[in-house]
Amino acid sequence: MRRLLTRVGQALLTFAIAVTLAFLLMRLTPGSPLPALDEQNRFTPAQEERLRKLYRLDQPIQVQYWEFLQAAFDGNLGPSIRYTGQTVTGLIAARLPATLLLGFTVLLLNFTFGTWLGVWQAVREGSRLDHGLSLLSISLYAIPSFWLGLTLAWLFGLEWRLLPVGGIHDVVMSPDADLGTRTVDLLRHLILPAVTLSAVSIAATMRHQRSAMIEALRLDCIRTARSKGLSERQVIFHHAWRNALGPMVTLFGLWLPILVTGTVFVESVFNWPGLGLLAAEAIGNRDYPLIMGTTLLSAALVVLGGLIADLLHGMLDPRVQAL
Amino acid sequence: MTDATTQPRSVWTTRAGRSGIVLLGLIALAAVTLPSILPDYRAMAFGHLLPPSGAHLFGTDYHGRDLLSRVARGAQISLMISLGAVLVAATIGTAVGLLAGYLGGWVDSVLMRTVDAALAIPRLFVLLLVLAALDRIPLPVLIVMLGATGWFGTSRLVRAEVLRLRHEGFVSAAGGGGAAVWGIIFRHLIPTAAGPLSGAPTRGGADVLLLEAGLSYLGLGVQPPTPSWGGMILDGLPFRSEAPWFCLFPGLAIVITVLAVSLIGDGLRQTLTPDRA
Repeated sequence: MRRLLTRVGQALLTFAIAVTLAFLLMRLTPGSPLPALDEQNRFTPAQEERLRKLYRLDQPIQVQYWEFLQAAFDGNLGPSIRYTGQTVTGLIAARLPATLLLGFTVLLLNFTFGTWLGVWQAVREGSRLDHGLSLLSISLYAIPSFWLGLTLAWLFGLEWRLLPVGGIHDVVMSPDADLGTRTVDLLRHLILPAVTLSAVSIAATMRHQRSAMIEALRLDCIRTARSKGLSERQVIFHHAWRNALGPMVTLFGLWLPILVTGTVFVESVFNWPGLGLLAAEAIGNRDYPLIMGTTLLSAALVVLGGLIADLLHGMLDPRVQAL
Repeated sequence: MTDATTQPRSVWTTRAGRSGIVLLGLIALAAVTLPSILPDYRAMAFGHLLPPSGAHLFGTDYHGRDLLSRVARGAQISLMISLGAVLVAATIGTAVGLLAGYLGGWVDSVLMRTVDAALAIPRLFVLLLVLAALDRIPLPVLIVMLGATGWFGTSRLVRAEVLRLRHEGFVSAAGGGGAAVWGIIFRHLIPTAAGPLSGAPTRGGADVLLLEAGLSYLGLGVQPPTPSWGGMILDGLPFRSEAPWFCLFPGLAIVITVLAVSLIGDGLRQTLTPDRA
């Protein structure tokens, strides 16, 4: 219990420092959100002054920081500057479903194929298959996600015309299409971004699972299980794999932040209306409240992911609690 | 436990490490020699968007420049940037890790909490935030930015290594013998910690290569007319259907280079922890 409280306190402190650092960084770099509003360059100095007052950009930085904190504690991240009339929380909530859909599809792909391949590698450790799969995973990691996305979009979308190249649904679909048609359409749009993101990120899952499984296969209980005359299948899946799960849980915690940050390139290539794209646009427009909102969310995911990984690891492995 | 005789001693003895070193060596060789054999990478002297042929192995780009020359020049730029960024990151990371680990106390707490927090802010956001605010992005600025956002993990590793070594006999002996703190750090801690920590820069190098390509693709990395792989992919985007080679070759160059660096990293890992090879 004490360990839990210390760990949670530590996580909160880390989060608080991260928010402060992000705020300082954002305000100390040059630039202003106003030009993005004033595309035709028609603002008079008086209008500009009014906008600065409206968004409290005329206040000293510590006042702005304090006001931001007070509002954030009430769950209010302020109005977006670029998207006039919309709140930051509203914009994030609107983009959340697309990001979650993409993120969990990738998670499912990675943990299904990555785990399976990793176990397979561990069981045949040192074989040709093991080396080949290692080379495959390291090669996939070496591919820039935006380039893979562009290449797949070009092949499957433009050359072979099999799949849509961008967006989340067909823009010319009739508004009264039934649920089945809509679902198929959504899945067709999901395939390329999900495969791209999964391909470039599956290496971590494979490697983690492989080394955890190799370690598990060397445990004494495995020798016992084998000598009991259990089938190799039972030994691998019932005994070894269970012991190899701990590290995979850690990986799940570390994976959470990918939801926002790992998707920036893939979302912009496929014009997928998720959080990564929103964050990149916000930075480009210097939309301070929206930048803080998306950064806050990703920092929270990083800290939370680490915390979850730690705590689950402790639950699965009682030895950790003793530390 | 591991049998000392089966543990590979140097990265060259591992298959992954050897392939990585050979591959990276070939890339570096090509980057150095090709530009002097091939047409000038700036010369707009050829037909627009010519497909790959004997005269232009990678074809030509929209402005009629030889793509192989540009990819080779891009290799020089990319390798220089990642080497520079890795050096910057390793220097800052080692300095902070040594300070935190050796001094301990409140210095350690402040530094490590800040590092934890910095790790929670996405590196890409920080880079975009700073680079988008600049009117021009000179190469040294790009290198320093990539390095300054990449040292957090290294500092943690160095600190952990220092904490481990602090309690080893030879460090306490040096301290007890009256050696100065900096003497202990430079003469004893750094050389001993260097081996176990050598994997971090290769991982960092692969990440920097990918990040730089991504930033250049977004127009926030290497600035035209300086050729970069990411920038070439951006240039080739509108011509994907009529001239697929325009995007294809710079992309393959990134993949092969990152692969070479990662293979070296893999080899290094095997020399340290053969179990997890």
